Amino acid sequence: MDANASANQALNLGKGDTPLLELVGVTKAFPSIVANNDVSLSVFSGEIHAVLGENGAGKSTLMKLIYGVLAPDSGQIRWQGQDVAIGAPAQARSLGIGMVFQHFSLLESLTVAENISLTMPGETPRGLEERIAEIGGRFGLPIDPRALVHSLSVGQRQRVEIVRCLLQRPRLLIMDEPTSVLPPTGIPALFETIRRLASDGCAILFISHKLEEIRALCQRATVMRGGRVIATVRPAEETNETLARLMIGRDIPTAARRPPRPATTPALQLRNLDYQPADPFGTTLKNIDLTVRPGEIVGIAGVSGNGQRELAAVLSGEATLPRAMRDSLSIAGARCGDWGADKRRRLGLAFVPEERNGRGAVPEMSLTKNSLLTAHRFGMVRRGMIAFAQVRAYAEACIKDMDVRCSGPGAEARSLSGGNLQKFIIGREIGLKPKVLIVSQPTWGVDVGAAATIRRRIIELRDSGTAVLAISDELEELLEIADRIHVIFRGRLSPSLVREEADGALIGGYMTGGFVGGHDARTAVTA
Amino acid sequence: METLTFVLSGTVIAATPLLIAALGELAAEKSGVLNLSIEGMMSLGAVAAFIVVKNTGDYWLGVFIGGVAAMLLAALFAVIVLFLLGNQVASGLAVGILGGGMAALIGKPYESATVPPMPSFPIPILSHAPVIGRGLFDHVLLVYMAPAIAVLMWWIFKSTKVGLVLRATGESPETTHAIGYNVLVVRFLSVLFGGFMAGIAGAFISIASATLWSDGLIAGRGWIVVALVVFGAWRAERVALGAYLFGAATIGQLLVQSIGVEVPSQLLTSVPYIATIVAIALLSMDGKRIRLNAPVSLGRVYREAH
Repeated sequence: MDANASANQALNLGKGDTPLLELVGVTKAFPSIVANNDVSLSVFSGEIHAVLGENGAGKSTLMKLIYGVLAPDSGQIRWQGQDVAIGAPAQARSLGIGMVFQHFSLLESLTVAENISLTMPGETPRGLEERIAEIGGRFGLPIDPRALVHSLSVGQRQRVEIVRCLLQRPRLLIMDEPTSVLPPTGIPALFETIRRLASDGCAILFISHKLEEIRALCQRATVMRGGRVIATVRPAEETNETLARLMIGRDIPTAARRPPRPATTPALQLRNLDYQPADPFGTTLKNIDLTVRPGEIVGIAGVSGNGQRELAAVLSGEATLPRAMRDSLSIAGARCGDWGADKRRRLGLAFVPEERNGRGAVPEMSLTKNSLLTAHRFGMVRRGMIAFAQVRAYAEACIKDMDVRCSGPGAEARSLSGGNLQKFIIGREIGLKPKVLIVSQPTWGVDVGAAATIRRRIIELRDSGTAVLAISDELEELLEIADRIHVIFRGRLSPSLVREEADGALIGGYMTGGFVGGHDARTAVTA
Repeated sequence: METLTFVLSGTVIAATPLLIAALGELAAEKSGVLNLSIEGMMSLGAVAAFIVVKNTGDYWLGVFIGGVAAMLLAALFAVIVLFLLGNQVASGLAVGILGGGMAALIGKPYESATVPPMPSFPIPILSHAPVIGRGLFDHVLLVYMAPAIAVLMWWIFKSTKVGLVLRATGESPETTHAIGYNVLVVRFLSVLFGGFMAGIAGAFISIASATLWSDGLIAGRGWIVVALVVFGAWRAERVALGAYLFGAATIGQLLVQSIGVEVPSQLLTSVPYIATIVAIALLSMDGKRIRLNAPVSLGRVYREAH
């Protein structure tokens, strides 16, 4: 409390009087976990206040309590000094609380104006068009009110979310990991918008786990770990290291890496691939050339929704190419564009998909049975019967090797936390000793410690001569593990950059289409 | 000329109950609820309306009671799928069978009875026009109301907040809840509306077109209704087009039979159904249009977060 008070004083916030929003001893428990334990927090008008914590620290739950999506089990929420019970988002909005969700609450088949009108009682889409343009101009958020949401990029959708909140003239704006969906080049503009809002008197709750951003933007930061508030600090006075130690409770381990020694024959190769996905809202892949050699890690960077999903599907065999295009793809020397996933795996392909529950693992099945799904060729099936002892041994080895926290190989996949399940799936695929490993979003939603383990194992696998393709939205991650990086933008792949020449500015430019000539590049600038 | 009048008149009469029920089903499906009990609801509406008319002679009271009877059944269905989280397909089938059985039971004393047809409402001037006058403008009011309701619903979906909320609920109940709407209330009302419309459609058949009650009177029309909504790619104007096309096919095959063409009658009777299947298959080829109009959450159980 002392630290809190002195930080307030130093900032001269709220003229020493009531905070706009105050949480006192708020607790929220779910059946398996106490997501928020005795959390206290105060925010003043005009303040940019960070809530910092790892995935699973309870940040999102806390915001849902403030926004009325969830109800607290105990504790008080005070708005301008008055106790309030916020029972529904509509009530939060009428108090003047707006929220920009991490996963957008936009309806894809509606237009921008229609989406916005849904949260504006008594307004028609047409009547809102002018105001959308006006707000957009004032805060640097240009957007076409008549565009259908499904045709917008992720960054544009975020703008729609922000404009929607601003139209309600919020006193407090909650932003849940707003930079996670933006290319690096889009972040300064967002920060400029946030600063303009704060100088207008709006309070901002900025949720993030990115330390640099918080230090650059926020006046105070509340650090959460394991559902509790660990400290309230002034980020400008902290370093990344001190903040990180508060956030995870120890120092961040870094992955050691040696220079790559790739072989010359490609293990995975795409030649001049054009691919139109079955989903009409998907991204068409255009003219893709990609080579991954044994003993190197190639990263695919890019803002999500630019074709990563389609590329992963084409490579893994979830989507097969027509027979005439068989030669477009080769794995370990075999031309296999029209082969299914199982046949490709027999060539030595292993694949870790983006979604763990449902595609990487069957949620209702035990870890043992989940091992069988991809490792069944390793002596686990004899004369059509499952050799359970072998399967269990394999699962146990994965658990031990990757330090998976679970009750044992009999645990259902869905009972594991996201990070632990991811460790298990990666362990299972690495255990196949693949010639080619494709891994999509390797550490998405995984805590810092587990992420470090996963990255280290991927690098070790490379050193043992496997060709690795890593598709990730997190550029920092690719800069850490990849030997070469391509950027994907609107279904096109940039030239590859070797690790040494890949800096943030260059890749940021590629992420908005800097590598394509002509029409695409121009529309990218205005987008 | 007589033939053309017969074709026009027969088409709109065959199409009207399909269109009325399909518009109700459209509202329910747009909100994300697949109601497969339309057949049973139409039967219940038909028998309720018939009994009222037989006993009181009040046709509009019959239409209203028919609608209400089916709406009560819809309320049961809605409670099962929305609040008890029942599977929509299984619950729909079960409630539909229940409705059919209840109709047969209630209607037992009236089996094969008849009523005088509902009085028609010739539109002044237009009904005296040659051919189309008798063909299109000399019918009961419900015949004119059906396309009017279609236009109204097209407008509601396109330009009103109510329509927007309904579409939003069907596309993503989670999102709609997150931005502050009560998904269950929206869906409940949509299903009730769907039931009411199905009841009116059943009433039209028993008191205006067939003018009799017998078990099995609806004869699969409830299923055609469900198909029509898909055929129309969840758009009111296409659903209407589909209903009239199906009506025309029904009359067309009767006409061919009456002319005495050497084709087995069973084959001809199946023409409207085959035509519907072909049309659905052709229209489903445009994935983008379907994706833009189809309610994504259709048939999925929605559990509210607390």
